[in-house]
Amino acid sequence: MSELSELYQQVILDHNKKPRNFRKLETANHSAEGFNPLCGDHLTVYLNLEEGAVKEISFEGSGCAISKAAASMMTQALKGKSKQQAESLFKEFHGMVAGDSVVSDEEDASDGLGNLKVFSGVREFPVRVKCATLPWHTMHAALNNQALISTE
Amino acid sequence: MATIEKSVVSEPRVIAGFDVERVREDFPVLRQTVNGKPLVYLDNAASSQVPQVVIDRGSVYLEDEHSNIHRGVHYLSQKATTAYEGAREKVKRFINAREAKECIFVRGATEGINLVMHGHGRKFITSGDEIIISAMEHHANIVPWQMLCEEKGARLRVIPMNDAGELLMDEYDALLSERTKFVAVTHISNALGTVNPIKQMIDQAHKYGVPVLIDGAQSAPHLAVDVQDLDCDFFAFSGHKMFAPTGSGVIYGKAALLEKMNPFQGGGDMIKSVTFEKTIYGDLPNKFEAGTPAIASQIGLGAAIDYLSSIDREQATAHEQELLRYATERITAIEGVRVIGTAREKTSVLSFVIDDIHPHDIGTILDQEGIAVRAGHHCAQPVMQRFNVPATARASFAFYNTKEEVDVLARTIEKVVEIFS
Repeated sequence: MSELSELYQQVILDHNKKPRNFRKLETANHSAEGFNPLCGDHLTVYLNLEEGAVKEISFEGSGCAISKAAASMMTQALKGKSKQQAESLFKEFHGMVAGDSVVSDEEDASDGLGNLKVFSGVREFPVRVKCATLPWHTMHAALNNQALISTE
Repeated sequence: MATIEKSVVSEPRVIAGFDVERVREDFPVLRQTVNGKPLVYLDNAASSQVPQVVIDRGSVYLEDEHSNIHRGVHYLSQKATTAYEGAREKVKRFINAREAKECIFVRGATEGINLVMHGHGRKFITSGDEIIISAMEHHANIVPWQMLCEEKGARLRVIPMNDAGELLMDEYDALLSERTKFVAVTHISNALGTVNPIKQMIDQAHKYGVPVLIDGAQSAPHLAVDVQDLDCDFFAFSGHKMFAPTGSGVIYGKAALLEKMNPFQGGGDMIKSVTFEKTIYGDLPNKFEAGTPAIASQIGLGAAIDYLSSIDREQATAHEQELLRYATERITAIEGVRVIGTAREKTSVLSFVIDDIHPHDIGTILDQEGIAVRAGHHCAQPVMQRFNVPATARASFAFYNTKEEVDVLARTIEKVVEIFS
């Protein structure tokens, strides 16, 4: 069960149970909907971008523990970040969970991920990678004015 | 040569009683461990496992008989043709068709339904007609009819179901009318396990002269099917859900209907003669079997039918029913677990949800303990919508499953609840 406890860490279970910023954002000026048709995960990410920075971010929808916790923690990580910082965090996060990180250990850019590193266990569960990245793909779509994305 | 003949024939050996441990020995895949735990394979409604005799039959074909069928005058082609047509004879007996030519080989139930949609539906359905399906259909028995309705301006009507997952027969009766031109309904729901009263439903449709297609993908592995007794007009099933390789399957159709239909695909083997001016189509079943088919898979289906006739199917079904009863009892005793699909007549499908835990998370944790279940919408999204759940976890049993495996399942579900508590 060790890989399993790596996947379902307490902090992930906590965010699944009590997702943060889990609401519709009335002041949103960017939003996008994300689907994972394979498992039925479905969420909307709302952004209030002002002067190129994430002033407010929230999400709503339904999904598995991994996708919900990933969305919840993403909203915490991105608040106050510039669009560019958000995009580069997306890249780092994707690299960590999909195992396709191009960053060498020496550079250790994953430092920027902070507590998002709790998702590193997802890498051992290839079919669950899309659960963790769905909120990030959706956020990326919202930043770039795409309304709908689907991961499969 | 002698050894080949021996394994080719593999005379059915009926075993008295039902010894699950002995039956398990026939399925090599069940011997493995997953994540260090014995494999507990409970995803049989998605695809069942293959017994050694079916694997051996495929090997014999590939090693000694492979050639293209219906073509050559040479030895191997005749041998392959004999084996392939022999499998069709076995299918005919398996479903009690009048003639072997009524059993068209297809890739699976999906292709069978599409064949009927194209061959019959596109020829005979017109604007204003109605097609009746049910609320518990697999996407394979929804989407083709939707495509047809869109093309022809016909209307799709849906028989609703109650909270137990049983079709409302009064509503079905009310839907049937002079406008109804086709009924397509599943024998057993893959998501709920419900066994539908198809004989009665076929009778009702026939009062209006309406042909009925039965999706038998889930029933062929579990129930004895007699297409003449049912009097269904079409019956579709897949080999890979009944212990045969993928790529095998059958669409049965009454000869008189098949004769009137347009061909499905055009190509080699489905013709009598071809000129640039005109093609004359072949007779049944060739008319519907364009191109080189999945010869090895269909011969494997024949071997799977032989295998099924070698076990006591009544006792196998009783064993599956007992597994379902026991699993339902064990799982519903766990707090927060709710079974989706509680029809009085069910086969061995157990769909369930757990409060506040997504089926995908259940599936991952079960997998860590070596248990294979399906987590998702089971290609039946309207069923999920009807029960207001995004997805379910589904354990589906075959006769080679055991009560001990149900215990492992129940214990692991308890663990899932604990992790998320």
